[in-house]
Amino acid sequence: MDPAFITPFIVSIQNVFSTMMQLPVTIGEPAIRTQPGTTYDVSGIIGMSGDVTGVIVLSFPKATATRVVALLAGSEMTPDNPDFPDAVGELTSMISGGAKGLFAGKKKVTISCPSVVMGPGHTVSRPRDVPCVVIPCSTDCGDLVLEIAIREVAAQDAAPARAA
Amino acid sequence: MKILLVDDSKTMRNIQKGVLAQLGHTEVVEACDGQDALSKVAAAGPELILLDWNMPNMNGIDFVKAFRQTNKATPIIMVTTESEKSRVIEAIKAGVNNYVIKPFTPELLSQRISETVAKKAA
Repeated sequence: MDPAFITPFIVSIQNVFSTMMQLPVTIGEPAIRTQPGTTYDVSGIIGMSGDVTGVIVLSFPKATATRVVALLAGSEMTPDNPDFPDAVGELTSMISGGAKGLFAGKKKVTISCPSVVMGPGHTVSRPRDVPCVVIPCSTDCGDLVLEIAIREVAAQDAAPARAA
Repeated sequence: MKILLVDDSKTMRNIQKGVLAQLGHTEVVEACDGQDALSKVAAAGPELILLDWNMPNMNGIDFVKAFRQTNKATPIIMVTTESEKSRVIEAIKAGVNNYVIKPFTPELLSQRISETVAKKAA
């Protein structure tokens, strides 16, 4: 993966957390994930298509997700609340949307509506030929990670991006 | 003022409703996508529309195109994660009057709502 794709996600998660929740995010050392599965048990998932394709996962431990969602929504919400995945999805969407706006070179990229999966040991399908970069993030609500598995589509392979 | 608030995220609708309440706007009708908004717009008679872009069934830009065929007057503020300049231009060309990029502060959303309402009144 082009390392230039990583910085926009770091900038975006810090911007989203500080703007919406006044929650500073400290970024750790990115690493490549070689095993399937996700880091924690709550995953917000976004697909990217167009000039850049792949999958973004915002992965939290349940306790961290509960604290972060409470800050975003302005009220306590347990993970079994039907609005809990909605909040996790919206966070993932804002982070991914903000990052794609920061990609260099005026790329046409469309993001999917978010999906949210909860439960220990779940897996998220990723493109086989794309390494997954894990960005550890630390906040006062706990640790979480961004898992980024995206690649730039070669010009001859690129289908026109459709506005979503 | 009657406001139609269109976003597929209930969390985001609640955040925006909080800002609207602070501005004294409590007459808010909610819709969860463009199709839902189109079905509610006649009965709601909104004087302002806050609209997300990325939604299932019918996205925000398709809603604007459909809505503007019969209504050129009601101001629309797009509230979206779509931050590229090309997207902003596309939205304005379709008939959006103002634009707020998520994430936003309550102050920014308030400012955009106030200036859009003031422009309509002028």
